Amino acid sequence: MPTTYEKIATTTLSSATSNITFNSIPATYTDLRIVWVYKAVSAGNTAFLQFNSDTASNYSYTTLYGTGSAGGSQRSTNNTGAYLVSYAEAPTSEWQLQTIDIFSYAGSTFKTLLNTYSGDTNGGGFISRGVNLWRSTSAITSVALKFDAGGNMPSGSTATLYGILKA
Amino acid sequence: MPILGTLASQFAGKPFTSFESIASATGTGSSGTITFSSIPQTYSSLQIRCVSQLSATKGYTIVKPNNDSSTSNYTFHSTYGDGLTVTSDGYVTGSLGGSYSIYSTGATSELSDNVAATILDIHDYASTNKYKTFCSFTGYSNNQSTNNLIFLISTLWLSTSAISSLTIEAQGGNFTTKTTISLYGIK
Repeated sequence: MPTTYEKIATTTLSSATSNITFNSIPATYTDLRIVWVYKAVSAGNTAFLQFNSDTASNYSYTTLYGTGSAGGSQRSTNNTGAYLVSYAEAPTSEWQLQTIDIFSYAGSTFKTLLNTYSGDTNGGGFISRGVNLWRSTSAITSVALKFDAGGNMPSGSTATLYGILKA
Repeated sequence: MPILGTLASQFAGKPFTSFESIASATGTGSSGTITFSSIPQTYSSLQIRCVSQLSATKGYTIVKPNNDSSTSNYTFHSTYGDGLTVTSDGYVTGSLGGSYSIYSTGATSELSDNVAATILDIHDYASTNKYKTFCSFTGYSNNQSTNNLIFLISTLWLSTSAISSLTIEAQGGNFTTKTTISLYGIK
């Protein structure tokens, strides 16, 4: 059996930085998986990502979330990035976890990602699952993890990119 | 802890050898069924990862272990959101003839290049003394005010038989060539 789950790259910030970007992603896998641990330096930032430096309004999402007291669902169209958390800003207090699965990233269909968000702040926070669509048939060669408002992630924020290969 | 640090450094950069590809299939446009047969019994869990599109309208795709269509053998719970509201539903035995674990876009009703994505986990599939639980995360966005869905689905297959095959059946139309369904084994 071939080995199918490999680490492509990992980045851990040594100082506050506005993004973690994976470039020159090889097209040799079937899916990509990103595990991202982060928080925000300042309030007002929401986690999202952009493929291939595309800042046009080519992204849309639907999410399902729970706040600890209620559940909900949100959606948005024609966004300039793939929103990974729709309900709240990234906290500055506690580390948050994202897992992001990007399917058929090198194929010629539009690109769909599924993500899980786990964030608790000892009295606040929530959990969510999301789906994002990137309306492009281009192969994904780069992924930039960032905040929509352009704020920084602190030192210690880390992200790892994996490749998953089908038979 | 130093021991954990040592272990972490030993494994850094090395591929996982416990997650292996078993088989993969691509839609042909002329069939609504994909079957993975002769599944090795050597893993702890199975995972299906797929992008899927149907030739007709969007809808469920069911997964049948060992090609079991008996409605007495499946129960179902889901929580899903359409971008506005959250809904939960469930079925006891007698209703479903398979695990409704995968959602697919439809070529005739969606953006033509859009596909739905699914991660389906089946744990302890080779057990001969447990019922099997299917855990699915599936959904798609269509950049519209409608036709957006995200599902969390649990299905119980009331059988102690080891799973040796998985039959994946579209519930309307065929799998287009934009469909890729891959089966992985986790040790």
